[in-house]
Amino acid sequence: MQEHDLSYVRMEMVNAQNAPEREKGVTRWLRKNLFATPMDGVLTLIGLLIVAYALPNIIRWAFIDAAWVGPDRSVCSTQSQGGIQPDGWSGACWAFVNAKFSQFMYGRYPVFERWRVNLTAVMFVALLVPLLIPRVPFKAINAIVFFGVFPVVAYFLLVGGSFGLSTVQTSLWGGLLVTMVLSFVAISVSLPFGILLALGRRSKLPVIKMICVVFIETIRGVPLISVLFMASVMLPLFMPAGTTFDRFLRAVIGLSIFASAYMAEVVRGGLQAIPKGQYEGASSLGLGYWQSMGLIVLPQALKLVIPGIVNTFIGLFKDTSLVYIVGMFDLLAIVRQNFSDSNWASPQTPKSGLIFAGLVFWAFCFAMSRYSIYMERRLDTGHKN
Amino acid sequence: MKKFMVGILGGAALSLGATAASAATLDDVKAKGFVQCGVHTGLAGFAAPDDAGDWTGFDVDMCRAVAAAVFGDADAVQYTPTNATERFTALQSGEIDLLARNTTWTLTRDTTLGLTFAGVNYYDGQGFMINQTKLPDINSAMQLSGAAICVQSGTTTELNLADYFAANNMEYNPVVFQGFDETNAAYEAGRCDAYTTDASGLYALRLTLANPDEHVVLPEIISKEPLGPAVRQGDDQWFNIVKWTLYAMIQAEELGITSENLEEMMTSESPEIRRVLGLEDESTIGQGLGLENDWVQAIVREVGNYGEVFDRNIGSGSPLAIARGLNALWTDGGLQYAMPIR
Amino acid sequence: MASQMSVRAEEPAQVSWVNDPKTRGIVVQVVVAVALIGFIYWIIGNTAENLRRANIASGFGFLSGRAGFDLSQSMIPYSSNSTFLRAITVGLLNTMLVAITGIITATIVGFLIGLGRLSRNWLIGRICTVYVEVFRNIPPLLVIFFWYVGVLAVLPGPRQSVDLPFGGMINNRGFYMPRIIAEPGFWLVPAAFALAVVALIGIVVWARRRQMATGQTFPTVRVGLALLIGLPVIAFLITGSPATIEYPEMAGFSLQGGWVVRPEFLSLYLALSLYTASFIAEIARAGVLGVAKGQSEASYSLGISPRRTLRLVVVPQALRIIIPPLTSQYLNLTKNSSLAIAVGYADLVAIGQTTMNQTGQAIEVVAIWIVVYLGLSLLTSAFMNWYNAKMALVER
Repeated sequence: MQEHDLSYVRMEMVNAQNAPEREKGVTRWLRKNLFATPMDGVLTLIGLLIVAYALPNIIRWAFIDAAWVGPDRSVCSTQSQGGIQPDGWSGACWAFVNAKFSQFMYGRYPVFERWRVNLTAVMFVALLVPLLIPRVPFKAINAIVFFGVFPVVAYFLLVGGSFGLSTVQTSLWGGLLVTMVLSFVAISVSLPFGILLALGRRSKLPVIKMICVVFIETIRGVPLISVLFMASVMLPLFMPAGTTFDRFLRAVIGLSIFASAYMAEVVRGGLQAIPKGQYEGASSLGLGYWQSMGLIVLPQALKLVIPGIVNTFIGLFKDTSLVYIVGMFDLLAIVRQNFSDSNWASPQTPKSGLIFAGLVFWAFCFAMSRYSIYMERRLDTGHKN
Repeated sequence: MKKFMVGILGGAALSLGATAASAATLDDVKAKGFVQCGVHTGLAGFAAPDDAGDWTGFDVDMCRAVAAAVFGDADAVQYTPTNATERFTALQSGEIDLLARNTTWTLTRDTTLGLTFAGVNYYDGQGFMINQTKLPDINSAMQLSGAAICVQSGTTTELNLADYFAANNMEYNPVVFQGFDETNAAYEAGRCDAYTTDASGLYALRLTLANPDEHVVLPEIISKEPLGPAVRQGDDQWFNIVKWTLYAMIQAEELGITSENLEEMMTSESPEIRRVLGLEDESTIGQGLGLENDWVQAIVREVGNYGEVFDRNIGSGSPLAIARGLNALWTDGGLQYAMPIR
Repeated sequence: MASQMSVRAEEPAQVSWVNDPKTRGIVVQVVVAVALIGFIYWIIGNTAENLRRANIASGFGFLSGRAGFDLSQSMIPYSSNSTFLRAITVGLLNTMLVAITGIITATIVGFLIGLGRLSRNWLIGRICTVYVEVFRNIPPLLVIFFWYVGVLAVLPGPRQSVDLPFGGMINNRGFYMPRIIAEPGFWLVPAAFALAVVALIGIVVWARRRQMATGQTFPTVRVGLALLIGLPVIAFLITGSPATIEYPEMAGFSLQGGWVVRPEFLSLYLALSLYTASFIAEIARAGVLGVAKGQSEASYSLGISPRRTLRLVVVPQALRIIIPPLTSQYLNLTKNSSLAIAVGYADLVAIGQTTMNQTGQAIEVVAIWIVVYLGLSLLTSAFMNWYNAKMALVER
């Protein structure tokens, strides 16, 4: 090293300098995140234009110019349309949502019996929330109560007919109540059936396997509408003469069949992810098929596919909106049915109603998807390297 | 837990619906204590829930009259709103006992759908409605060539429409929806130039539009649409009850018996009135039907005669203000003619 | 313990047949099969009895009967005098039309949004995230209604049609575009286009071989575009412009002439595309994220340009992750096209339901639906599996 003839060697330390102006603070952030390249700049400008155009319009329509309260359509239509708003006015008709809110929630459920729906909802939330929070203890008891006892109580509360409660026909049900009940029942039914179908599909017995494959692939291959039609039009034909099914029950059957097939594929994914050693280990302990599945394989497999299950739930929740095709009034259907109320017919009514329904669906689905991501993160630890 | 769930669902299935209807509808109805009646999902004047959720309308009163005949109480009815698609299935499967949902009586419906029409409670015909402010020059259906026409699918209307335009060498653009609400919404939004359905339906629909005065019903009636209540085939007793309930309402109007003067009429000396009201000493007018002898009294007291029902729901006493026209009594030049009750 | 073990080892055939897994398996299968066959037999018996009682015809004979109803949109000649079979064929074609156009649009929009979410551009990333989170969490049916109501409410009536560039017009009856009407001699133009396609395939093959052999690249994209556009234009000019353009004009109730897209189709197509795009965006994003960072870094260190890296290194690997879930999204879109029934677009399900109402033959119609949709699903799956196999990792 010494042989090198270094003509100049700096002997003192260089003082720390401030970062260049464009490499710090807001400028840096802007440059890095918005204007990194000329192309980026153009994209940012386009994005800004979109936001600058859409956001004020949306805010004005949804909040500033919106009609929040009012007795009838006059608050939501302009003078030339026979209302009180100035011509050229455009704003959301939240007054419509306001006036019809209880219908959107309960449908035609008798007014004096609605406490039964509320009570059910309170129980639902009270049981569901602790089940969802991982830290809360007594999961097993909670789950049994939620999936076992709660449906029975809810059934007697909502349908009535005993314990001094008057019967409320399911044809009177509507709105969010129907959406929630349909999705809850279909979800609770589809999980066990989906597990059975998935096990069947991976079974070594050819007949069982074939039956499950045909069932799963047929149902997954056709649209939900056709399954619902089958349940509503053909089910009565399949049963002995004179047997009738409640329309609500038929929709539940259709939805459950549909969801089971999808659930089966999700569960199968989990079963496939379990290493063969687990199956072999279970066998070598002398466990039978059901024991090894129930005690060793399924607990691991189901844990792996919780996000997939939640996604299936989200899909099912959204799909309940299709039951209007078989004559049921879920949230979306009842909102749309109210568009034809002449008291509220105005150009703004349909948009406002649909946006309200969209917000409700969105809130539920978004919450579920966030929860699924949270669970995914939680369960991920220790599984992957 | 799985088994538990299945058990619960099975139990729910049993109690929720899976009831077996035997051939004797009357016995079933009496056992459950009410008539299950299939009605329209919401057609002003014919069947629509009011603000309190109670069903009212012309077709609803048909259901109420049957309930009055059976139970003496017109409120012993439960309603099942049905759309055009599911109405027949609902009746076939026994979900409903009676279909009173402005349904047209046709040969194929009588022969291939397993149902029987008990009579005609409204003689209707298919017409067209247009928005006069948008189309001021149109005053006849023959001018509709090239128009976009809203129509509900799965109805006789859809077929009549195709036949009418083909027969008159006109073209049109069908805008077809499965549901009544969707069809209305599309018409109101201006998606079509004209709307076609039964004339009664047009009047009812017009009421629910935002500006009813802008819309006119064109004069042409392009089809015969006899609307009536239907029951399942193979139960003659129930068929008779529905059929004679309708006739009793018409007969009561013919005899001038109304819900208001019923008490007065009870003291009438007219043998015919006494016979119809079941006031004769050895009266048997209810027996053959399996009803009480005062069943006509009950209908008139609880619901009213045909004329009252018509006026109240769709006639001069209602916003629809439909003229009696073909639905006047035969004595007034109409088609409503009751077979003699004796 | 030890003696027992040795005893067992000597007599392995001592297992009772009740505990033999093979025998049990067969018994279980027989029981299930018999129960299923019995159940199906019971259902068939009930159905036959119900049909007989209700006097409903059965069999597919109705397909050759006269349909009697008109349809709003048809790609093949159809009138109310056509048969039910033809009506259902029209429905099938309409389903395929909306499915194919929807799949193409959803893929393009979805990939753009998905890549947008990965973009370093903060604003674009946010906009794309909002898009995905909004559309993914709303029922597709609601999106369809929103478009239908939105489109109808905003657009004016036919007499106040809005003019668009190039002679197009839009109103609440549809979106009208000028139509090219071919005259004799016009066939040369599509022929020239076909020729260009063939030539392009040849060039691609040749260019690849040359690149393999010599390493030289060839500007395939530019040459290809020139061929595809140039040849038909030249043919068109040489034959003396043998085509006229028909513009939509106001006549009677609405615009006549031109090429029209109905709002029913438009709202269904837009809703399906935009809804499915939000899922495809997530799939695309996951695919790109799934390619290890080392891959692109290695590519850069070889001196390959970023654009080429994306095309030759990242995308082929990402596609392997993307294709299977993409296939199921395509299938979902096809199945969701049955929501057409809600806006009155004459698809397979809508026409099937009308047929069901007019003839009462529910079982046959549902059977047709199942067969057709399963067929479409299998076709799509087969194509995507072929593509997947082509893209799969070839290990040497």
